[in-house]
Amino acid sequence: MKRRGVAFYAQLAFTLVVSAFLIVPVGLSMLAGITANYFQGVGSGLTLDWVLKVWQLYSDSIYLSMQIALACLAATLVLGVPAAYGLARRPSAFGRAIEELMVMPVAIPGLATALALIVAYGGFRGFRTSWAFILVGHVLFTLPFMIRSVLAVMSAIDLKMLEEGAASLGAGFARRFFGIVLPNCRSGILAGSLMVVTLSIGEFNMTWLLHTPLTKTLPVGLADSYASMRLEIGSAYTLVFFLMIVPLLIALQLMIRPKGDIR
Amino acid sequence: MSTRIRLTACGKTYANRHQGAGGAALEPLDLEIAGGETMVFLGPSGCGKTTLLRLIAGLESPDPGGHVLFDDEDVTFVPIERRKVGMVFQSYALFPNLSVEGNVGYGLKVRGDPPAERRARVDEMLEMMRIGDLRHRAIDQLSGGQRQRVALARALAVQPRVLLLDEPLTALDAKLRDSLRIEINTLLRRLGITSIYVTHDQAEAMTLGDRVVVMSKGRIEQIGRARDIYFKPANRFVAEFIGTMNRLPAIVADGRLSIDGGAALSWAGPDGPIEILFRPEDAVLCAPGRGQLSGVVRASFFLGDRTRVVIDGKSCEIVVETTSRGDFAHGTTVGLRLDPALLLAL
Repeated sequence: MKRRGVAFYAQLAFTLVVSAFLIVPVGLSMLAGITANYFQGVGSGLTLDWVLKVWQLYSDSIYLSMQIALACLAATLVLGVPAAYGLARRPSAFGRAIEELMVMPVAIPGLATALALIVAYGGFRGFRTSWAFILVGHVLFTLPFMIRSVLAVMSAIDLKMLEEGAASLGAGFARRFFGIVLPNCRSGILAGSLMVVTLSIGEFNMTWLLHTPLTKTLPVGLADSYASMRLEIGSAYTLVFFLMIVPLLIALQLMIRPKGDIR
Repeated sequence: MSTRIRLTACGKTYANRHQGAGGAALEPLDLEIAGGETMVFLGPSGCGKTTLLRLIAGLESPDPGGHVLFDDEDVTFVPIERRKVGMVFQSYALFPNLSVEGNVGYGLKVRGDPPAERRARVDEMLEMMRIGDLRHRAIDQLSGGQRQRVALARALAVQPRVLLLDEPLTALDAKLRDSLRIEINTLLRRLGITSIYVTHDQAEAMTLGDRVVVMSKGRIEQIGRARDIYFKPANRFVAEFIGTMNRLPAIVADGRLSIDGGAALSWAGPDGPIEILFRPEDAVLCAPGRGQLSGVVRASFFLGDRTRVVIDGKSCEIVVETTSRGDFAHGTTVGLRLDPALLLAL
């Protein structure tokens, strides 16, 4: 085995310190969520009461967030996959312009987008007060991520030739699209889907302006609990949030890993 | 019965974005391919051979006025999925989401064959291409040669009316190319299916087709059997594209032909300066002064069964091939004897 020099250990120590700097607050916050009384310290005992309390107070927000995330996923799949297909099959100057324009909702602050939505559609009361209003904002924000990740895979495989091959064997458009195009873009669609769900669940910026007291999502509830509840409740909320988002992130990493590694 | 293919006035003009200068990728042309015939489209890249193949496949439609006929049926407006053509692509176009078996059976499934029949046909195809042991493999676990076998099996499984092969061997290494070419040739002859084979490799074209269509710049230069195209090229493009050809300036006067300032031969043709062409194997090396021409050996390449000798002639370089066992060292002066019957003037 090769002996490692001082430089290696110095770099390792530096990395660990930086990591600890980032991770310790997260750990402390989660710990606070299961501590009976944070001001007395961990000595006061560990409890799941705060987590239960969060569930009682905010379970509606959590369900709503899930509902919006899944609806957002459905919308970005229906809109984004065909859009990516169109851009991949007919590359043109117009297509490239669209591709560039698509990043706009990501580049523009969420607050500005939200304000624009309210100015334009706030008058439609039924729409303004329904969760669909938030959904529209989320779709605007996440659609580029879906299109980009599907488009990346579609550009990497020779889609045109695969389709010509299928057509020469008698397959019509629908058969080619669902039997050949979609399965071969699976990795891009999966990566895009996880990205969309994760972003939608975590989106605060825009949602904060778009929500009503009856349409509060998970991150909005988090801000609310930080602002007006005991520290332990806010912290327990963070814990709940983590338990939901971390498995998604891990799944995301596993899915977008190149195929060769798994075999 | 094998399908006969006829094209009438088929041209193809692309909008500017595809071809560098825009304009015609293919000038309107007529072509007939007999049932069961193997036809090779040969030409340098950009000559329109692939466009012509895609017109026949139904992947492109001809400019207005052009028609594609399979037997007596006009298929000009029939899309590829209903033309019943088998197609083999240069980069195979195999479906990575399906196994070897799934690829070969795809066309049968699309057609709606019952599973038992489908399995029997897939078995038959895998056996024919000798890839039975690969049936459960994923496409990315196959070598190039194996992929091409799968592609052939897939195209032939549906018993197409016509088999179209677009540079199928170009992506393979030389040795594999040779053996697979022989195999494809045997297969096509055994099946008796009308086939069109596109290639830029003249050696491939010579050994494979019943007839060869030589193309350049969107036009057909010559159609004929390999030996016609080699021995009786219709024009200078064909002469120079196929094999090696020597070109020498010559002058005809009073029924005598004098080549590159050498001794004269009897020649029937109008007087004046012309250019004559001949193949390296059609000139005979001899002692200086015994032939019509002479020159100094610049280089010689021993190829085993023959030796290729490059000679500095008076005005240009001459390549000669000989089966003689001399070693033709650099700097030796040699004579060249030409047979007027083997000279071409184009």
